[in-house]
Amino acid sequence: MTIRRYLRLLPVVPSVLLLLVFLLAPVAWSFYASFTNAALSGRAARDPQWVGLENYVRMFSDDSFPLAAWLTVVFVAASAVLGQNVLGLLIALLMRRSRKAVSSWVGTAVVAAWILPEIVAAFAAYAYFNRDGTLNQMLALFGGKGPDWLYTFPLVAIILANTWRGTAFSMLVYRAALADVPQDVSEAALMDGAQGWQRLAFITLPLIRSSIATNLMLITLQTLAVFTLIWVMTAGGPANASTTLPVLAYQEAFKFGDIGYGTAVASVLIVLGVVFGAVYVRLLREQKP
Amino acid sequence: MSRPRIAADIALAVIGFCFVAPLLWLLLAAVDPHAGYQTAVPSAPSMDNFGAVFTPELLFQPLTNSFLLSAGTAAVNLVAAVLAAYPLSRYQSRFNKPFMYSVLFGTSLPVTAIMVPVYGLFVQLQLLDSMMATIFFMATTTLPMAIWMMKNFMDSVPLELEEAAWMDGASSMAALRTIVLPLMRQGLGVVFIFVFIQAWGNFFVPFILLLSTAKQPAAVSIFSFFGQHGAIAYGQLAAFSILYSVPVLLLYVLVSRSVGSSFALSGSVKG
Repeated sequence: MTIRRYLRLLPVVPSVLLLLVFLLAPVAWSFYASFTNAALSGRAARDPQWVGLENYVRMFSDDSFPLAAWLTVVFVAASAVLGQNVLGLLIALLMRRSRKAVSSWVGTAVVAAWILPEIVAAFAAYAYFNRDGTLNQMLALFGGKGPDWLYTFPLVAIILANTWRGTAFSMLVYRAALADVPQDVSEAALMDGAQGWQRLAFITLPLIRSSIATNLMLITLQTLAVFTLIWVMTAGGPANASTTLPVLAYQEAFKFGDIGYGTAVASVLIVLGVVFGAVYVRLLREQKP
Repeated sequence: MSRPRIAADIALAVIGFCFVAPLLWLLLAAVDPHAGYQTAVPSAPSMDNFGAVFTPELLFQPLTNSFLLSAGTAAVNLVAAVLAAYPLSRYQSRFNKPFMYSVLFGTSLPVTAIMVPVYGLFVQLQLLDSMMATIFFMATTTLPMAIWMMKNFMDSVPLELEEAAWMDGASSMAALRTIVLPLMRQGLGVVFIFVFIQAWGNFFVPFILLLSTAKQPAAVSIFSFFGQHGAIAYGQLAAFSILYSVPVLLLYVLVSRSVGSSFALSGSVKG
């Protein structure tokens, strides 16, 4: 009987194997390699040596890692937590009040930026923030002269671009969540004379707080991993001014050939992902007893 | 019409315009043979840009590679996820819950973070530039999501029909094939398209793992094209981008028509 029980689980094996070989093994290898001087080419590529904590020590004595960590925090906070999250909620709230034609048109526009292949979205954003690009053309209409965004304000440009690219996800989450908020609850509050913002702060938001929490976790994880958008728009430049952790890991490993240091940076990112992932799983467990 | 409603309409329209603005350049530059980075209505619109990129090595080969990569990834996902979802959905076991939560945990791993170690692993195993290995790796990155979605879809197929088949002596795999799968055709389609769209748009993974131009998908070849000709052939870049984007836009419309636009969330948020 027990053997049959285990045999039943046999179909899970291919998935488990894939996950072990292609997901868990790279993670384990990342931690291992971060303690070595593994390189892309040369002697250290054939025969990497154990260097202990050297890569991690270098991380904190180097200027580029603390800067990249800080830029990553700013990028995630501004483009995900503030940008995508708040804008997504705002759009979802406005959609409940506006005409169907308007809301479906705007919904399509927002989703289009999200569903486009990321490289195409990145090109569009590159052109948009270019010195001669659409944004500066629009500013010129109002008599302003825009800066060369990608060189002068690269972080602002990638934050706005990532907000544009990812807001659709939050919008969809909040539309679904708001659809479940019973109409009579907010009507009852209206009878009590609650103002619009009071209804929002004390009734609507508390009712959808679990959606807010999961959404924040997911968009944080997604934004933490953004590479292509930044790589195409600024390549991390000028002079590391928009180098977030994924870009730094890539540069160290593939541009400078230092796989050991690159995997050390990657390992930090993995740990960050694990922490946020653990919180996310916990949140979902609490929702579903 | 009430005033707050008009205000909401106007606010939404402004936001909508901001979202469309970056895409205008793409559309206008594609039909403008003299396009730059400025958004302008072309003085002499033509399809020249499309004509220029309509060559086997520039367009057809990369798109074929994209298709092979995406369809392969989606197929691997479908097979592995169906197999895994079946016991998880049908049998109570104390492994189920921990397994599903580990899978969920897997969905949150930042894939860009593991590309450096994956490159290292592929070098060691001599798998670099292998289409097959790239397919299996890409399939694994979307597999947690696929398993989660597939189990949800399978849970909605009632158990009674299968029990009847078991009575008649059918094995569980036969019941899965002849009863469960036909009933969840729509779910299978959604998972396939969901994975396909993700793989089609993926740039970073093939950029790292596929080295020869003959194997690179459109996402990577379009990036090299941008690097080599970006400074001069803006219009062609835009035309190429549009041709490459159309398939996923169509697939998205197809899926959202059949299951609603929140399909992508069915796996992640609802749990």
